[in-house]
Order: sequence, then C-alpha cells, then structure tokens
Amino acid sequence: MSSAEPTRRDFLYIATASVGAVGAAAALVPLIAQMNPDASTIAAGAPIEVDLTPIADGQVIKVFWRGKPIYVNHRTKKQIEEAENVDVAKLPDPQPDSARVKPGHSQWSVLIGICTHLGCIPIAHQGPYDGYFCPCHGSIYDTSGRIRQGPAPLNLALPPYEFLSDTKIRIG
Amino acid sequence: MSGHSTYQPQNAFMQWMERRLPIAGLVYSSLIVYPTPRNLNYWWTFGGILSFMLAAQIVTGVVLAMHYTPHVDMAFNSVEQIMRDVNYGWLLRYLHANGASMFFLAAYIHMFRGMYYGSYKEPREVLWILGVILLLLMIMTGFMGYVLPWGQMSFWAATVITNLFSAIPLVGESIVTWLWGGYSVGNPTLNRFYSLHYLLPFVIVGVVVLHVWALHMVGQNNPTGIEPKTERDTVAFTPYATIKDGFFLVVFCILFAWFVFYIPNFLGHPDNYIPANPAVTPTHIVPEWYYLPFYAILRAIPNKLLGVMALGASIVILAFLPWLDTSKVRSARYRPLYRQFFWAFVIVCIGLGWLGSKPPEGNYVLFARIFTVYYFAYFLVILPVLGKVERTKPLPNSIADSVLLEGKPIGAPAPPPPLAKA
Repeated sequence: MSSAEPTRRDFLYIATASVGAVGAAAALVPLIAQMNPDASTIAAGAPIEVDLTPIADGQVIKVFWRGKPIYVNHRTKKQIEEAENVDVAKLPDPQPDSARVKPGHSQWSVLIGICTHLGCIPIAHQGPYDGYFCPCHGSIYDTSGRIRQGPAPLNLALPPYEFLSDTKIRIG
Repeated sequence: MSGHSTYQPQNAFMQWMERRLPIAGLVYSSLIVYPTPRNLNYWWTFGGILSFMLAAQIVTGVVLAMHYTPHVDMAFNSVEQIMRDVNYGWLLRYLHANGASMFFLAAYIHMFRGMYYGSYKEPREVLWILGVILLLLMIMTGFMGYVLPWGQMSFWAATVITNLFSAIPLVGESIVTWLWGGYSVGNPTLNRFYSLHYLLPFVIVGVVVLHVWALHMVGQNNPTGIEPKTERDTVAFTPYATIKDGFFLVVFCILFAWFVFYIPNFLGHPDNYIPANPAVTPTHIVPEWYYLPFYAILRAIPNKLLGVMALGASIVILAFLPWLDTSKVRSARYRPLYRQFFWAFVIVCIGLGWLGSKPPEGNYVLFARIFTVYYFAYFLVILPVLGKVERTKPLPNSIADSVLLEGKPIGAPAPPPPLAKA
C-alpha cells in the first residue's frame, strides 16, 4: 500500500475476505458433519436388555451392543473370592473387584470383550485365573477382567449398564 | 503468455520452492497479473462460475458416495436414507441434484456468449472444440448420475438412452448388450454407471485444464471482438476480473440457493420418487430439462436411425462452428443481421426445450420439426451465407477506444485519455 490512510478499497477487500471466510467455514460444517453417525446408526446403537435367567452358574455369554462384543459372566463363588482376595497395589492396572461390579451383584461381571492391547477378542474361561486369554499377543485377564500378565496396558473396559431387576440388565 | 512468469518471491522459502516447482509463479502469471481485456462484461463470468460448479459437484458427489449403495435392491433406499438419516444428507443431495441443473444452465449461457461474440473464431477454434468435448462429457456424466437413484425415471431413461445405440446397423444390438452387461438394464448396468459417473468428472477436470491452457495461449475474447493491441486495452486479472467473477458467482449462488432451499424438486420429475419397476413404463417419460432440446430433435425425425443421427449431429455440429461461420467480423455487436438470426436461434433452442417436455403429438411435432430445421439451417446455411453477404458496422480502433470513446463517433482519433494508475 502506498498511502498511509486506509482506502475504501482496503475496507472492501477486508470486508469481502471476512465474509468469504465465514461462508467457507459455514460450507465446511455439513461436509464434515455428514461423516458422523447418521440417525439410523444412532438408532441401531440404542440400549439393549439382557435376560440373565438362562445364564448358568459359571457360564459366560457374549452379546453385541454398538458393534462391540460384551461378555456377561455369571461368576462362581470361588471365582468371586479369588477376584476379591488380591493385592490391588501389585496389579498392572490397579482396581479392586468391587469397583468393577454393581453393588450386591458381584456374581455378574459385564465387560467389553476387546483386548486393551490391540483390539482382539480375548477367549473366556482361559488362563491361570480362569478369566480371559487373548490369543493375539498373550494377554491374560482374571474373572474381573483385570490385566494380570502380557502386553495389554489396561483392564477390560466396562460398558455402561444397570440392573433393571435381579434377572435383567440394560446395557447402554 | 509464454515462458517464465515475472513472479519474484521475496520470501526465502518461496524462492527455494519456485526454483523446484514454480506453482506460485504459475498462479501469479495466470490469475493475478494476467492481462485481461478491460471491457469484459458479465457474460464473461460464467467460465469462473462453471469451474466453481464443477468443484461443488465433485465435493458433494464424493460426500454422497460415502452413503450411497450401487445395488438395484438397495440404491433407492440408500438415497432415502441420505435424505432422512444422514446429517445434512438432504442438503447434500439437493445441492448435487440442483447443482447439475445450475451447471448446465451456466454451460449453456457460456456457450451462447461464445456464439454471440465469435469466441470460437480464429485463433480460438481448439478452445471451442474442447468446450464441445466438455459439453459431451457433462451430458454423459449427468445421464449416468440420474440413473443412480434407481427411480422410475432413472430406470427408463437408462433403458431408452442405451437403446439409442440399437439404431446402429449390424453392431447396434451387440453394443447395447455390452453397455447393459445383460439382457436388459439391471444391476451390472447400475454398477458400471456408478463407476463411470465417479470417473468422468475427473476427466472433465483434465479437459478443463486443457481448455484454460488453450484460452491463456491466445487470450480472452472481448465484446468488441478485436484483439488487445496495447497495454491500455487490458487490466490485471486480479483484482478486476477476480472481483467481477466473484460478485456474479455470488448472484448465481443466490439463484442456486433459491432452488435448493425453497423449490428443490421443481426441476425434477416426481416419478423418480417411485422405485424402479421394470414392468411398467411411466406414461410421461421425459429427461431432465437440460436434455429436452436434444430430446425434441430426436423425436422430430420419424425414422429411428435418422433420429439418432440427428441427435448426435445436433451436438457434433457445434464443433464445426469456427469453419461454418464465414464472417471476418467476430462480435455480433457489429453484425446487426447476424444478431437477429442469433436471437432467433436462442428462441428456437428454448422452444425445442419446451417442445421436448410435451407429448409427441399434433402441433407439438409440427413445431418441433420446424424448429429442428431452423437449428440445422442456422449452422449449415445461414452462417456460411451471412458471412459473405452481411454489411457489418465499422469496428472501433481498439478496445480502449471502444471503452473510453462511449457515444463519440467511432473512427475519430482518440484523445490521449488519463492513464489509469494501477
């Protein structure tokens, strides 16, 4: 610019560029938003109810919610005791068993069955703790879903769930 | 324009970059300092508008492709899912469908501008022919895109248009089977149309690059039709043409937005909201509005093969325009008799479009035939003869004169005008 005083042209340039920038940003919104889950995907991800009565003592079933495998484990008394009598401080990811079950329902362990290492599904009723064993890289979890040995850094994740009654839970 | 640009970067990184890949210099010389005739009017903004529409169609198209399923059992529903479930899906779909209409509107205006001002004449023949190729690519792309929603009109348009090739003697039927990938329009057809509909716009981008390159080799035409002679005849592209293009693009987008938000289905056919039914042909079968003039020409000829040939010829004949028009004067501004035939041609094109939407009976057929005769006579008879016999008006001495001597008799020596400071 040669003149010291801003000219009308300068004002027009800046005004046009500003409005153009706002327009460009506004145009980007739908283009980016359309990649988020659409209404039908969100509807398909609604909470599910699981009836616990057919699950026998010691049995583990697998259900799906939002495309993720969920283990529902009806733990035996022996498994519950072993899970509770543990030096929490020595665990790779310290967490007491009581923090991983609902109060009064410690026989029910509801976990997301995705190994926290690289995402494989661990196999139930395996390993030295009668918990879960991931065949991909050898991570070993106990019946509470806590990592004990192997490369996985964290305990198996807990899905959001609640007890609707003693025999029914809602996941999600 | 030839050789290296005059771009001299100040920044050290830009100097490093410019020596290795002179993109900044290319942008500088093509879009910033590029000498543009100073008298261009708003009809010249449609090239920029077309570039914008091409980008808009590609962007909305790629995004729609993330949600569309190209299978006969799922295509229609996937489009409905886009309209109802996908975030902003309704907007993206309406932008893309109405965008196609706006794309063709801009293309036709752009072409009429070229015909009026003689932009196809020497040395712009290749530029014009590349444009005709672009029109053909657009027509193919638009046709295939319309098939994808797999509505009634989609299916039957696919059947009718692919059946055109059966008019070719000997090999026609084989060609049609080859196009279909089956014994009728079906899933193989839909799948391959999807693939080609995704591909062709990028072919269009490539030909647009050639089109702009050909343009920059010879420079823009202008309303007087006389080439720039001195620096007084041109201005830098930026800011003058940039802002003019930008302004009219906004006006054009207002029209575009009007359709998208208020009347998004006005230009479409309601029968395309009925899922395709191979057993029932709709009673009122018509293509989208931008194909109607060609459709009218096809139906005007009572013979199958000749009708198809007339359809093809009506587009191909455009490529010969630079040689059919024998006039030495470019712009219709100085060709009063040509101007009248030109506007008659425009009315004929619009008339053919209207007739294409009508059922092929009675007076509609009669007028379609009359208009078809004028259409071809314009190129084959009127233009060649006019160039020889027309008395043209005297041309101004230069572009600058035509701008700065408004109202004064042409031919008077120009008083030295105050030089415009950049």
